[in-house]
Amino acid sequence: MIDSSLRWVDDRLGIAKGGRTFLDKIFPDHWSFMLGEIALYSFLVLLGTGVFLSLYYIPSAHEIVYHGSYLPLQGQKVSEAYASSVGLSFDVKSGLLMRQAHHWAADIFLGAIAVHMARVFFTGAFRKPRELNWIVGVSMLLLGIVNGFLGYSLPDDLVSGTGIRITYSIVESIPLVGSYLGFFLFGGNYPGNGIIIPRFFLLHVLIVPALIIGLLAAHLGLLVKQKHTQFKGRGKTEHNVVGSPMFPTFMAKTTGFLFMTTAVTFILAGFAQINPIWQFGQYEPFQISYAVQPDWYMGWLDGALRIMPSWEFVGWGHTIPLEVLLPAVIFPGIIFNIFFAWPFIEARHTGDLAYHNLLDRPRDRPKRTGAGAMMLMLMFMVFSASSTDVLANFFQIRLNSVLWFFRIAVPVIPVITYFLTVKICEEMAGAEGIGKRKPPNLVHRSATGEFSTVPTEARPGDGHEELEAVPVPTFIDMVPADLATGPGIRRVMR
Amino acid sequence: MSDESHQVPPLTTVSVEDPHLQPYAKHPGRAEAFAAATMVIGFLGFIGFGITYWISDQTQWEAATLGGGMLALGAGVIAWGKYLMAQGPFVEERHEFHSTEAERDAMTAAIVERGGMVVQRRKVLGGLFALGSTAMGVVIAFPLIRSLGPKPATSRQATNTDTSLFATNWKKNSQLVTADGRIVKVADLGVGGVLTVFPKGYEGSSPDQTILIRLAQIGPNDPPFQLESPGRTDWGVQGYVAYSKMCTHLGCPVGLYQELTQQLVCPCHQSIFNVVSGCVPEFGPAPRPLPQLPLKVDAFGNLQSQSGYQQAVGPGFWERP
Repeated sequence: MIDSSLRWVDDRLGIAKGGRTFLDKIFPDHWSFMLGEIALYSFLVLLGTGVFLSLYYIPSAHEIVYHGSYLPLQGQKVSEAYASSVGLSFDVKSGLLMRQAHHWAADIFLGAIAVHMARVFFTGAFRKPRELNWIVGVSMLLLGIVNGFLGYSLPDDLVSGTGIRITYSIVESIPLVGSYLGFFLFGGNYPGNGIIIPRFFLLHVLIVPALIIGLLAAHLGLLVKQKHTQFKGRGKTEHNVVGSPMFPTFMAKTTGFLFMTTAVTFILAGFAQINPIWQFGQYEPFQISYAVQPDWYMGWLDGALRIMPSWEFVGWGHTIPLEVLLPAVIFPGIIFNIFFAWPFIEARHTGDLAYHNLLDRPRDRPKRTGAGAMMLMLMFMVFSASSTDVLANFFQIRLNSVLWFFRIAVPVIPVITYFLTVKICEEMAGAEGIGKRKPPNLVHRSATGEFSTVPTEARPGDGHEELEAVPVPTFIDMVPADLATGPGIRRVMR
Repeated sequence: MSDESHQVPPLTTVSVEDPHLQPYAKHPGRAEAFAAATMVIGFLGFIGFGITYWISDQTQWEAATLGGGMLALGAGVIAWGKYLMAQGPFVEERHEFHSTEAERDAMTAAIVERGGMVVQRRKVLGGLFALGSTAMGVVIAFPLIRSLGPKPATSRQATNTDTSLFATNWKKNSQLVTADGRIVKVADLGVGGVLTVFPKGYEGSSPDQTILIRLAQIGPNDPPFQLESPGRTDWGVQGYVAYSKMCTHLGCPVGLYQELTQQLVCPCHQSIFNVVSGCVPEFGPAPRPLPQLPLKVDAFGNLQSQSGYQQAVGPGFWERP
């Protein structure tokens, strides 16, 4: 049956040759290669749960009276967007599970991208010939952050509405065109005529996901075309890839992993409450609640806004709100430009223009590893700065002290991190065989009192024996030699 | 042409006993039992989800059954793939995917020479095409961008809050009302009390949101409450002061009032304003004081504004002087 259908398709499309190569595609067996898969699979969860949500969500700021099953809101005037978001949580079967799974999947998606990006960075997988795929990946990170923000803004609850207000003010802070951009985006002065919700909805469910899907296809296409990188190891060279074939080994593992990623998302969705919009209430521009923080991937921008001194520039009849422009426009702009340009910055710095298919160990590239650690630390510090109020409350310290700590720590600690990391890497590079499990040495003392050290053999059963890599076999002779004539043995025809 | 030049190399065959085809597991039987058990648990989990959905729709049970089912099934498939399939390792050769120098030259030549021939012979057509497509690109941006919203009013005297960043609806003698339209009387708040107020007719409007604070209990015949801000000593009335509730940092409502220190705190980015000295920012990223609304009391004991705000409220923007 498979044979005849394949023939039918191959007559028309000629897929057999390429298809066979694809089934033989080798995936290196290293745990760090599954981080990108988490991102891919949580994106699939986002698409699935997102379709479910869009069946019930109404993108409208039109005001109605709430008549759902959540009693504290009974009879209150709310927007249709808010009412439908609460409704799909409480009045649609499995709705709460799906909504929370969607939110968790978004947080996992961006988390997985960040960790995957760190893996690619620290091992040097972005080097020639993979610079384009790095750029595609950074673009997806950017779009993912944007779409996460658009998505959590849709329910029109008090917390997300505050986020939209802040976004408007950030847009407004851009010199020369800020007010125009804000007016065009929102259909007027804040809060606008309610058009922002359908606009965000369109961007969130169609335009940005379409861009992400296009980039995702490019990301995977480039991966297949350029093949995987791999760590140095037995049988592994710049000119081959060693690991498991696409079919069946990798396919089994990755399918199982798809199930498990989805499983974790749904278990979190059921047991860890996220974004309880019915507790926040409908957004009103004059209301606010205490300890409002955005989702984690926006935290670095919020933290940067908090620690910025109040340096507004006023002169020649104009105002430039530097206290907003610098942390919320210029800072992320610089960060993402560094991300995009990193492969070229590094190549220029090292003068290395060769092809690289073997990965670096982070400790062998102290400066790159130091730069990466510095960036991670910078991000962690500004992220932590987005909870100055919570930290002050929790540790019972004055808010001013917490703020001043971050104002100093954000520029200083990353620099210290850089030098410390470089130093650690250099020290580690000097140690032979570090991190490897070695068979024990036996120390003998002879009758004359002389000591000698004898290394032991690895015992049988200590780890599995490594095999030399072989090509994926085309045909497997199913007949063990001694059973060649036995009954019930099928010989594969060829 | 003979068929021999097209002959494919013979396909490789290996024996089933090849060590690369042996499973990774030392005890394949145990691994198979594990995979089977987890897949059965997965199956039961999905059945459990189906039942839960129909009888109760209880979120935690749904997550436990569905998530647990997927977790178990996934673990089973992974165990199958990792322990029971050919362990390899297998190898795939890389092939250089860049073209030869000759192929690159041919492509460059095709673009430069063929294209050059077209452009050089028909320079006018090339120019006209560039002109036309540029014009199209520019005009198509009009509806794409300009139709999105109104142009911000440039006049500082503009009165429509929908189209001007300078305007509020506070005027001379505006009646102070709450968000649900109730008129605010002088007896409404005790010392330390705060209330969000709007000009009558514009309840809930974002640019008009104003925070009314009673700093002291002062009767109509007592000496007036002295604010520390020069030139505004009579802007408060009977212990009341009113400030724009829009933070000058990013426009969040400055909703937290600490009575003990007489400070207003913005919950978004922790800017702190000193209420007694005219809401000058004392801490945090806010660059400017909150604009103050001058108050008075009419003959019926209702609070009114002496005038509107005398500067733009909210965060900074380019056109703000």
